[in-house]
Amino acid sequence: MITDPVQVDKISGQTTTGHEWDGIRELNTPLPRWWLWLFYLTIAFSVVYWFAYPAWPLFTSYTGGVLGYTNRTRVAEDLAAAQAGRMQQAAGLEKATVDEIARDPKLLELALAQGRAAFGDNCAPCHGSGGQGQKGYPNLTAGRWLWGGSLDQIYATIQHGIRAPDDADTRTSAMPAFGKDGILKPDQIRAVANYVRTIDGLEPEKGVDVAAGKKIFAENCVACHGEDGKGNIEMGSANLTTKVWQYGADIDDLVYTIANARNSTMPAWSNRLDPVTIKSLAIYVHSLGGGQ
Amino acid sequence: MSETTVGAEEIYDEGPLYAAAKKVYPQKVWGTYRRLKWIVLFIALGVYYILPFLRWNRGPNQPTQAVLIDIAHSRFYAFFIELWPQEVYYFTGLLILASLILFLSNALFGRVWCGYACPQTVWTDLFLWVERMIEGDRRDRIKLDEAPWTTEKIMKRVAKHAAWLVIALLTGGAAVLYFMDAPTLVVQMATFQAPTIAYLWAGILTLTTYSLAGHMREQVCLYMCPWPRIQAALTDPDALIVSYRSDRGEPRMSLKEAAKAHAHGDPAGDCIDCMQCVAVCPTGVDIRRGLQLGCIQCGLCIDACDAVMTKVRRPPRLIAYDTDENRDRRKRGENNVYRLARPRTILYAAVIALTGGIMLYALLTRSDMHLSVLHVRAPLFTQTAEGGIRNGYTLRFSNKLGAPTEFGFGVSGLNGATVTSVVAKPAGDGRLAVRLDPDATLEVPVYVTAASAPGKSTPITFTATDAKTGEKSVAVDHFFGP
Repeated sequence: MITDPVQVDKISGQTTTGHEWDGIRELNTPLPRWWLWLFYLTIAFSVVYWFAYPAWPLFTSYTGGVLGYTNRTRVAEDLAAAQAGRMQQAAGLEKATVDEIARDPKLLELALAQGRAAFGDNCAPCHGSGGQGQKGYPNLTAGRWLWGGSLDQIYATIQHGIRAPDDADTRTSAMPAFGKDGILKPDQIRAVANYVRTIDGLEPEKGVDVAAGKKIFAENCVACHGEDGKGNIEMGSANLTTKVWQYGADIDDLVYTIANARNSTMPAWSNRLDPVTIKSLAIYVHSLGGGQ
Repeated sequence: MSETTVGAEEIYDEGPLYAAAKKVYPQKVWGTYRRLKWIVLFIALGVYYILPFLRWNRGPNQPTQAVLIDIAHSRFYAFFIELWPQEVYYFTGLLILASLILFLSNALFGRVWCGYACPQTVWTDLFLWVERMIEGDRRDRIKLDEAPWTTEKIMKRVAKHAAWLVIALLTGGAAVLYFMDAPTLVVQMATFQAPTIAYLWAGILTLTTYSLAGHMREQVCLYMCPWPRIQAALTDPDALIVSYRSDRGEPRMSLKEAAKAHAHGDPAGDCIDCMQCVAVCPTGVDIRRGLQLGCIQCGLCIDACDAVMTKVRRPPRLIAYDTDENRDRRKRGENNVYRLARPRTILYAAVIALTGGIMLYALLTRSDMHLSVLHVRAPLFTQTAEGGIRNGYTLRFSNKLGAPTEFGFGVSGLNGATVTSVVAKPAGDGRLAVRLDPDATLEVPVYVTAASAPGKSTPITFTATDAKTGEKSVAVDHFFGP
């Protein structure tokens, strides 16, 4: 690069910077002044910013800034404010029983809104976003309940959970693993599984002795599931006469259920959530169409 | 071609970014149009300041302000009209109406909006008046600008800007009154207890008023406003616009020259080239060059020219509201014709009447209640323990009246369907009922259950009936099955 005297470019009429590379000269196109001033302004701004806000990393910490601002405290403050606002609204829910809430339109509206939010946060992973359940996790919209579908029963189930190890009042019962524990032989299990299908009006497999299955059912199952197979919500034994099956009604599913027993669990939410949220959840779950 | 070498000072002198604005010093003027402008100014400012304080009774627990934009509760009130967010399309109608009225007024009288009623014109007029009171008329102001910084100049400048800021503050302060209960907010703002947002907006509008009306003035009309460009495309030869009657004024010459010309039998126009029309012009244009972008058609040049014409004993209205068509006709020796009613203006008027009629009809016949329905997507349907099929819906009822009411609702289109909801109560006739607070909406989760699967998709209809008025609202959705 050589430096030449400044010249005027013949074609564009613009002056050149005086820089030249192999005969190519650079046009002088200065930055607009307003742009330059903005640029200087941003530099000045950044200096102010360094002192006001967290900016420079140090070896073990960082410069905090004189304003003492951090995003984390901002979030904590906002959350505390939101919680305080929510608690003020929730005061009515705290005093009322679930039945009282269900009868009061204002409290009901509030509980449904809170319940929907809490359901999405805590229950949807297993029971589905709309309470429709999935294989192994009960459908809450169908009106088929293991432990009862009244408002109080749902409330108690959410509070204490099912087979929850950390709650003394938890709902508990145990179905024997008829196959694993050697109570029934595989062909007996298959027979009783086919009989159970017939209770619900489903077709049994061909060549299986359903009558033998019925006899095995009478000997082993009626104590809990009842003679008609309608179950018992006192002990959480399933109603076998509905079209809704938590673990599926295919013969393989039924054989597995009888051979190994499912005895599924649900956490006791009183150990995890505040009482108002649990009430709201009970109201919301009861409202999903299956409530009794 | 010679190689030119230039000095360094020429290269690094970057020059101004754009041509500096020529400062306009409008001169004081008095006459018909100036009087008209003052009247419009008083009416406009009067409406602006009084409107938020007018009261309107809407019943208990309802806002009493006649005109209120209630952002927090998303309601807009204008006297007997109450608009909900879903009805903002009325504003679209209002904007269409406003633009059509601008078109019509433009076709009839040119830029009357620009010249008399535009807020930019009104506030600039007010600020100019303040400037004239403090710094004097045109000549004094030019002199003061050129004068060195003496104590007197500083005093005058401080007084002027202080007065401007006070007006701007009152302007910005009044604007926020349309968004909250005005009497309450005035007290709150005066005692520094108003919400921050009120001060923020009052401050922003104070600054815009101060800069737009005090400093930018005609620059707003010349560079910022789109209307001069639209007007250029809309004008026609039959529009009554502020025009210099060149047929009468040209050739312009001084009184002495005119006397000479008459003596020689040469033609002499009435314009004595005194430049008074330019001196009084708030945008600094020369009306004698015809219709132009900068002319806001305020008519002040008419007043100025009339005063001069009276003094020199020539007939007034050398500058007047006239049409291009008439000027050309007079040049051809024909008589003036005024065609205010012509296809274009009739069409504008008809479209205005139609739009206004449609809006009025829609406003008067709009329902005081509404039902909308949303199908629950997860699950799309549920098989019930009894073997039936159940679909979930979210109904939203709106009660736009200022009194509580009860809506009965039911579903049709599905044989043997039962409707259940934990929020609604049985109404007795197989339907359900919900109570609604005044001026409120209510979301109601509803389940429809069919004893057997009716098919993949069945159209069903929800009907809500206001128990008091019998008014009905219908919403259509589908019932899904396996």
